Amino acid sequence: MQTYYSDLLVIGAGLAGERVAVDSAEKGFNVTCLSIVPARRSHSSAAQGGMQAALGNSAKGEGDCPDIHFGDTVKGSDWGCDQEVARLFADASPIEMRRLAHWGVPWNRVVPGQSFYFKGGQKFEKYEKPENEGLITARAFGGTAKWRTCYTSDGTGHAVMCTMDNRCAQLGINVLDRKEAIALLHDGETCMGAIVRCLRTGQLEAFISKATAICTGGFGRIYKATTNAVICDGGGHIIAMDTGLVPIGNPEAIQFHPTGIVPTDILVTEGCRGDGGTLLDVNEERFMNIYEPEKAELASRDVVSRWMTHHMREGKGVKSAYGEHLWLDIRHLGDKHISTKLREVDEICHHFLGVDPRTELIPVRPTQHYTMAGIRTNKDGAVYGLKGLFSAGEVACWDMHGFNRLGGNSLAETVVAGGIIGAKIVEFLEGYETKIKTDIVTQEYKKQEQRIQDLISGRNGSENVYDVRNDMQEALMKGCFVFRNGPDLEETVETLQKVLDRAGHIGLKSDGLGVNHELAAALKIKGQVKLALMIAKGALDRTESRGSHNRVDFPERNDAEWLTRTLAYWKEDATLPDLQYEDASPVFEIPPGERGYGGGTIIPADEQFVKERMIKKDK
Amino acid sequence: MGRELQFEIFRYNPQKEGDQPRMQTFRLEETQNMTLFIALNRIREEQDPSLIFDFCCRAGICGACAMVINGRPGLACQTKTKDQPSKIVLHPLPVFKLIGDLAVDTGVWFREMYEKTESWVHTSKTFDPTKEEERMNNDVAEQIYELERCIECGCCVSACGTARLREDFMGAAALNRIARFVVDPRDERTDKQYFEIIGNDNGVFGCMGLLACEDVCPKGLPLQNQLGFLRRKMGITAIKEIFRK
Repeated sequence: MQTYYSDLLVIGAGLAGERVAVDSAEKGFNVTCLSIVPARRSHSSAAQGGMQAALGNSAKGEGDCPDIHFGDTVKGSDWGCDQEVARLFADASPIEMRRLAHWGVPWNRVVPGQSFYFKGGQKFEKYEKPENEGLITARAFGGTAKWRTCYTSDGTGHAVMCTMDNRCAQLGINVLDRKEAIALLHDGETCMGAIVRCLRTGQLEAFISKATAICTGGFGRIYKATTNAVICDGGGHIIAMDTGLVPIGNPEAIQFHPTGIVPTDILVTEGCRGDGGTLLDVNEERFMNIYEPEKAELASRDVVSRWMTHHMREGKGVKSAYGEHLWLDIRHLGDKHISTKLREVDEICHHFLGVDPRTELIPVRPTQHYTMAGIRTNKDGAVYGLKGLFSAGEVACWDMHGFNRLGGNSLAETVVAGGIIGAKIVEFLEGYETKIKTDIVTQEYKKQEQRIQDLISGRNGSENVYDVRNDMQEALMKGCFVFRNGPDLEETVETLQKVLDRAGHIGLKSDGLGVNHELAAALKIKGQVKLALMIAKGALDRTESRGSHNRVDFPERNDAEWLTRTLAYWKEDATLPDLQYEDASPVFEIPPGERGYGGGTIIPADEQFVKERMIKKDK
Repeated sequence: MGRELQFEIFRYNPQKEGDQPRMQTFRLEETQNMTLFIALNRIREEQDPSLIFDFCCRAGICGACAMVINGRPGLACQTKTKDQPSKIVLHPLPVFKLIGDLAVDTGVWFREMYEKTESWVHTSKTFDPTKEEERMNNDVAEQIYELERCIECGCCVSACGTARLREDFMGAAALNRIARFVVDPRDERTDKQYFEIIGNDNGVFGCMGLLACEDVCPKGLPLQNQLGFLRRKMGITAIKEIFRK
C-alpha cells in the first residue's frame, strides 16, 4: 500500500481548496492537495460573472459597505442563512479581493468619466469619479442594492483560479491531480485522512493527515439538466455522508439558474442581465418587469427561475425540439461590450448554439446550477461529527446562502471562506498531535479493495451503472425541480428507494482496469442516490416555501415552524435519511421579514423567539 | 435519420497487461447539435464502457478534452460532428504522456512549466489588509487578462514542430505565460531575469516559426505576436548584455 503523510490533506483543488491550503503552507505546515483533474480545470474556473465585495469604488456602488452586502445576503437566503457566518463573509470579502489583487488577479478597474449602461433594455448614463481611477470596479448582479460584483471580463473564476494555483506553486504545495478520494479514514471520532484512487493507474493509496479538508464543489450532476462540469458529482459529500456521523445541511436547498442555454444546459452568466440584458417570451416581449416591477430581470435567481417557469406554464414559452424555453436578449449591449465584457458568452453562443448574440436571441431556461446544500460545518469550517475534518466552498453548508444564494456570492465564498477556514485550520494544527491508527488504515484499504473487486466480478449483481444513474437523474427532474408538491415528492422518494436498491447490485460491463470510468461511476452511484433521497425527503418534509424550495401545496414561508436548517444523516443500512433540525441562525442581526421581491406571504415567527436572539448593537 | 458516423478511435490501456496500441471502429447515428462530448459519452455508455477520455466543463472553458480530431488538435467538447466528415478519427495529443486511449497527462507537464517559468507575481511588497488596493489602469488589466485566458489544454504544444522534436522545448504556452508577467506591472522581474528563463534554445530562440500553435489555439490567443514581442525584447536584452561586457 502506497502511503503518503501530510499535516493538512485538502481534497479538491478548486478555489476553496487551494485557498484553504495557502494559509497552512505559509505557516510551514506540510500540505497536500488532491484533485481529480489538474487544479485549473476545477469548476471554479467556469464561474464567469464575479465576486461580491462591498468595496464601493464604482459610481453605482457608491456608499456600499459590508452592512448592505450582509443585508442583501440575508434577504437573498430568505432568512435561511446563519447570520453570524454571513456577517463574517461580508466583512472579510473586500479585504480578500485586495489580497487577490496583490497576488496577481487582473481585476477590471474603474475608468473615470462618463459611460453608459443598460437596465431593462434602456440606456442610462453614469460618471465614474476621477479620484477612484484604477481601483477595483464592479458590475450589477441580481438581488443586490449596489453594483458590487468584482470581475475580470467574464472569466473571473478562471482568472482567480490561475492566480491561486500560481500562489500554490510559489509556496511549493503538493497539488496532485488525477487523485480521487473514495473513503475517509476515521475511528468514529477523529478523521485521519482518506483512501484515494489514483486516476493514472487505478491503484488505491492511503493519504494520512492530521487535518483533512473537503473542498470538492457541488453535486449538480445528480440532476439530468445542470450547468455543472461532469466532475461535480458529489464525491466529497459522499465520503463524508458514508461515515454516518456527518450531516448534509439543507439538502432540499438546490439552486436553479435562470439562464442555462438550450439544449446543452451550459451557463451564460448572470452578468448578461446585470449588464442590462433582458428576458423575452415567445412574443419577444419582456415579462419580468410585470412580475417584479422593482427588480425585474435582476431579482434573485430563485425568483427569476420561478417566474420563468410560471410564464412558460402560461403558454408563453418558445417551443423547440428540446422542449420549451425563453429568450435572453443582449443585442442592445453592442459589439464592443459583448467582445470585451461578455467574451465567454460570445464564444459559448458561437460554439454550442451557432448564434451571434449581437444580432440573435439566446435560448435559455432554468437549469440546476448550485447546491446550497452541503456538508454541515460550524462557523470555523469544522465539520459536524468528526474532529480534524473541515470543509469549505460549495461542498460545505457553512451556511451563508440559506435557501438561495446570490450571484457573485459563491465565487466570493470560495476564497473568503477559504481564507477564514484556512486560518482556523492553522489554529487547529498548531501544537496538535494525534495517533494514527494503522489498523483502521489497513481495514479501510481492504474494504475499498473488496468493493472494487465485487464491482468487477459482478458479485452483487449485473445492474448497469449508467442506467441506474439515468433513472436517478430523471426522478430528481420530475420531483425536485423549481416547483415541488407533496404527491410528486412522495412518488420521487419511492422511485429513488427502488433506484437505491438497484444501485447496490451494480456489476461492471468492462474490465475495470486502470483509469476506468465505469468503475469510478459505480463507486459513487450508491452515495449519489442517497444524496438524491436526502433532497427528496428533505423537500417532502419541509412543508413551506423558502427561497429555491417552492412547495405549490405550501406556498407560504413559514417562519413559525420552519426557520430551521435540515440536517440529514445516513445511518448504516438505512433506506431513508434520518432528518434532524437546528435553528437556521443562532442570532439575528436582521429579524425575519420581507425580501422586497418574489412576493408570497409569510407566517411570522414567534416574537419572543426572535427577540431573544437579536444581537444588541452598540450605537 | 441522421448520418451514420464512423469513429476510428485510438485504443491502448497501459494498465492492462499485454494490451497493444490499435485503432477501433465505432458506429453511431448522428443527432441534432451533436458534439464529440455527446458522441464519446454515448459510445462509452452504450458500446464500450472501458473507453478512456477526459471531459470536465464540456463548455470550452477548462481545456480538459483536447485531442487530435481528424489530424488536428482541438477541444472535443466544442467540436460539432456536423462540421466533420462522417468518418471521424480520434487520437490522443502527442508530446504528453499517455494515460489511456484518448486521455493524456497535461497536469504534470503544466505544473513543471509553472516551476520553469516561476509562474507567479514576483514582488517585494507585502500585503497590508488595512490599505486600499494598489491602482492599475484598466487597459493594463485587460491586457493581462488577454494572455491569462490560456486554458492549458495543450493543443499548442502538441501542434508544435519543435516540441515534437525536442522534449526540453518550453512551447508556446510557457512563452505566453512569461509574456503575461512581462506586461504585469506588479511583477518586479527585470528583462535580464526573464532572459535567464527563456533567452535560449529551449525558450524563445528555439522556435522554428511554424506557428501552428496559434492556428490551433481554441481560445484564439495571440501566440504569434507574443513570440515576436518576447524575441525582440530578449534580443535587445542579449545585445545590451554584450555591450555591458
